[in-house]
Amino acid sequence: MSSNDSSGRREDSPAYRAYRQSFDQAKLRDVPFETMSGVAVEPVYGDGPYPGQYPYTRGVYPSMYRSRLWTMRMFAGFGTAEDTNARFKDLLAHGGTGLSTAFDMPTLMGRDSDSPWATGEVGRAGVAVDTLADMEDLFSGIDLTQVSTSMTINGPAAIILAMYVALAEKTGASRSALAGTIQNDIFKEYQAQKEYIYPPRPSVRVVTDMIRFTSAEMPKWHPVSISGYHIREAGSTAAQELAFTLANGFAYVEAAVAAGVDVDDFAPRLSFFFNSHIDFFEEIGKFRAARRIWARWMKERYGAKDERSMLCRFHSQTAGVSLTAQQPENNIARVAIQAMAAALGGTQSLHTDSYDEALALPSDKAARIALRTQQIVAHETGAASVADPLGGAPYVEWMTDEMERQAEAIFAHLDDLGNGSILEGVYAGIENGYFVGEIADAAYRFEREVNAGRRIIVGVNEFTDGDSSETDLLRIGSETEDYQLKRLADVKKRRSEESVTAALAQVTEVAADPTRNLMPPILDAVKAYATLEEVVHSMEVVFGTYVEKAII
Amino acid sequence: MSPTNESGAASEPSAPHLRVILAKLGLDGHDRGLKVVARILRDAGMEVIYLGLRQTTDSILAAAEQEDADVIGLSMHNAGHMTLAPNMINALRSAEMNIPVVVGGIVPDRDVQPLLDSGVAAVLGPGASADEVAAIVAGVVSRQAS
Repeated sequence: MSSNDSSGRREDSPAYRAYRQSFDQAKLRDVPFETMSGVAVEPVYGDGPYPGQYPYTRGVYPSMYRSRLWTMRMFAGFGTAEDTNARFKDLLAHGGTGLSTAFDMPTLMGRDSDSPWATGEVGRAGVAVDTLADMEDLFSGIDLTQVSTSMTINGPAAIILAMYVALAEKTGASRSALAGTIQNDIFKEYQAQKEYIYPPRPSVRVVTDMIRFTSAEMPKWHPVSISGYHIREAGSTAAQELAFTLANGFAYVEAAVAAGVDVDDFAPRLSFFFNSHIDFFEEIGKFRAARRIWARWMKERYGAKDERSMLCRFHSQTAGVSLTAQQPENNIARVAIQAMAAALGGTQSLHTDSYDEALALPSDKAARIALRTQQIVAHETGAASVADPLGGAPYVEWMTDEMERQAEAIFAHLDDLGNGSILEGVYAGIENGYFVGEIADAAYRFEREVNAGRRIIVGVNEFTDGDSSETDLLRIGSETEDYQLKRLADVKKRRSEESVTAALAQVTEVAADPTRNLMPPILDAVKAYATLEEVVHSMEVVFGTYVEKAII
Repeated sequence: MSPTNESGAASEPSAPHLRVILAKLGLDGHDRGLKVVARILRDAGMEVIYLGLRQTTDSILAAAEQEDADVIGLSMHNAGHMTLAPNMINALRSAEMNIPVVVGGIVPDRDVQPLLDSGVAAVLGPGASADEVAAIVAGVVSRQAS
C-alpha cells in the first residue's frame, strides 16, 4: 500500500479520483451505510490502489458489498434426482436463480449405481446421475436458460457437462444460453481430494477440451473452478493452500494457451474456491494475497490484456476440518468467525458449514443455523458497508506480504521442477509425491501439536467439561439405492444398444487423437443414453487409470 | 489428553511386533485422518502396511494374509461404514481369518454399538487422540491374543 498521497488530501490523489468515479457509477443496495449509532461511513478507507484497481489486493470491484452482498451459496445433496428437483423448484419459486448440485460418491468417481463399488453409497452424499434420464429428472420443468447451475464434479466433469448440454438442447434451449460453473479442477484431485480417474496428462487434455468447447460455444459457462478448499482440508498450511491453488490455475492457463486458446478468451471465466479457516488474520492475508498474485502473474507472466483475466474472484467455505465432534455447538462460533474472515477478505460467495458435520451429514436444523450465521455477518455486523476494512492495518498488510512471499517461494520451486513451466512443475510435483508429502507433513505436524497440548482446541484438549451427546443427526436410508437401480435398469432396457456401442466407439477413437475435441462425441454418447461409467470406460481404454503411490 | 494407564502398559512391550494394515475401504477419498494414524502407529513402534485408497474387501483380505497382519484399520468418512465394515468382517470370517478390525472416521455414537455387535473390535471416533489411537490398536490385539 503506497503512502504517496499521505501528504495531500486523499480525495485529490489520481488513484482515489479514479476509484470514486467508478464507485459513483455503481448501483448500490438500498440500505443505510452507517453504523448502528447512525454514523455515516465511507465506502473505503486508507490508501490506494483501491478496490477494483490493479493488483486488486483490496477487492475485485470498486463498490464491493455495497452493490451486492456475497452470494450465500449453500451446497447440499438430496437423495434422488426427483427429490433434488423438488428442492430446486422450491428455491426458484422463492426468488433464487442459482442451483447447486451435489453428486453422490459413485457419480463423482464415474461409477454407475449398479457398480459393485457403489454399494452403500448411492444417493448418500448427493444425487446419483447414471444417464441423461437422471439429468432429465433433476432439471424437469426448469427453464435452463433462466438459471445458473453450479455442478461440483471433477473426474467425469466432461460427461456431466455433456448431459447438461444434451438436456438443454432436448428442451429447445441453445447451449450458448447456458450459464453456470463446473468445478472440473483435476489437479487438486491428485493433490488432495483424490477423486481422479485417469492419469494427470490425459485428464488435463479433457479439461482443455472443455475450456476450448465452452470458450467457443458456451460464453456464459465457467469451465473450471480452481479449488484450494480440499488442499487445506487435507491438512496443508494457509500458504500452501494459496500457492498450490494458484499454481494449479497457472497450469490450466498454460495448458489452454498451449492448446491454442487466447488467454483473454477463457481467463475471465476462471474462478477460485478457498477455505476460510479459523486463524482469522492469516486467512484475511491469504485472500488479499491471492488477488494480488493472480493479477500480477496473469498480467506479467501470461500477458493478459483484459482486466477481467486478472481478477481472482472466489467462492469460500468455512473449514469443515476445524469442526469438532466434542461439544459440537461450539462449532457455530467457529463458523461465525470463519464467515467473518471470508467477508473481510472480500469473498464473492460463501458456504457456511453446519455445526454437526464432524458427526454426520448436516441435519436441516444445523444447515439453517449455518445459513443464518452468514446472514448475521452480512446484515447485522456492518462488515458489508466498507470494502477491505482491515486494509492498511500493519499486521494485516504484513500478513498479506508474508503469504505472498511464501507462495512465491513455492512457485519458484515448481517453476524449477518444470524447467520454466508451472504446468510441468505441477505434473512433476504430482508424480514425485511433492504435494501429498507436503500436505501430509503439515497435517501431522498440526496433529502432534494438538496431541502435545501445544495448541488448544476448545472442548478437545482443553475445557473438556460439558460435552453434550449428539442429537438429531441426519440418516439416509437405502430406498434411494433401490429406486436408482431400478431406474438405471429401465433406461438400459429402453435404449438402442447399437447406437450406444457406436457412440462409445467414437469416443474411444477421438480419445486416441489428442488433436480432436472429446466434447462432441461425448455429447453423442450421452444422447444415446450411454451411462456415465460406460463413457468413462470408453476413454479409460485409451487413457488408463491413475493409482496413487501409497505414501505416508 | 493423557493416556490411560492400561494404554501405556499395552503399547510398550508388544507394540514393536505389531503389523498393522491400514486401508480406505470403498470410494471415499478422505485420507488425511488415516495418514495421520499411520504415522502415529509408526511412531509408536508398529509396522504399518499402508494400502491407501480404493481398497476392496478382497484386496484387504489378500494383503492381510500376505503380510501376516495382526490388526486391520479401516477409515470411512462417507456414511458407508454400516455397509462396508460388516462386509469386511464377513469376508474375514469366510476366510477363517481371526484378525481384529478397527474402524475410524466419521462414525456417529449410535452406530458404534451396532458396529461392535457386527464384530468390529473397536471404533475410533473423530476425537481420538494419538495416544488413544495407539493404545486402542495395541489393546485389540492383546485382547484377541488372550
